[in-house]
Amino acid sequence: MRLIFGYLIGLVFGTGILISGMANPAKVLNFFDVFGTWDPSLAFVMGGALVVTFIGYRLVLKQPSPLADSKFHLPTKSDIDARLIAGSATFGVGWGIAGFCPGGALPALGTGNTSVMIFVAALVVGIWVATWAGRRIPVTA
Amino acid sequence: METSFTPLMSLAGGALIGLSAVLLMATLGRIMGATGVLTGVIVPYTRSDWSWRVAVLAGMVSAPVLAALVTGFRPEITVPGTPLMLVVGGLIVGVGVTFGAGCTSGHGVCGNARLSPRSLVATGVFMVATAVTVFIIRHVIGG
Repeated sequence: MRLIFGYLIGLVFGTGILISGMANPAKVLNFFDVFGTWDPSLAFVMGGALVVTFIGYRLVLKQPSPLADSKFHLPTKSDIDARLIAGSATFGVGWGIAGFCPGGALPALGTGNTSVMIFVAALVVGIWVATWAGRRIPVTA
Repeated sequence: METSFTPLMSLAGGALIGLSAVLLMATLGRIMGATGVLTGVIVPYTRSDWSWRVAVLAGMVSAPVLAALVTGFRPEITVPGTPLMLVVGGLIVGVGVTFGAGCTSGHGVCGNARLSPRSLVATGVFMVATAVTVFIIRHVIGG
């Protein structure tokens, strides 16, 4: 049952990504190019996603537990450390270079597009390297 | 390269992304983050945590396949950069989202909807870093 929920939810997410334009680097990069060929569409993606999630989470998190798990698994970290800021800045640089973010690229794998496959292969290597390196860098750095 | 302004499609797509986040919280009690899903698949910790992420990833990847079969819809994917930029960008994104513990979906949608201070800061930082990077590539180097 959990796997069926997961599959259907991935399908909804992927459909949203594809029709929103998040899987299209030309469109994503134009959102950030305010001084050039600006395309404000992605503000509507973010806006639509945030309004639905903001309201939906408030209804869902009032329940004692999720339907198919014993508890809600919410992130507990609250400290704003160098790791979070440096990591997020690094992600932004890579997003600006490639035009794909992870959520934009993963559903697009199903199109068989070569550029998407190149990006995701590099993304996987980057996550492996950082996960390996992260275990060697003290979290309190 | 110009792209056309698509407020309705983008809003509808965004609402579906939000719906998936709400449904994942309502059923499995998890944050809908692409980084978390992919990392959980390629760096598995436990079998129970691995399997639902594989299911979500399979759903994501089948979306364009089903869309093409059912409606004939094919998303436009235009890449302005070179293959080298995809490789370099992909590696940098992988390192960044691992240390930053999230990306546009996990921090940008789910975390911000929970008003998590970490996600609000992370989103501000990566949006500015992306804009600066695009500005440098298009108007300083390429200008």
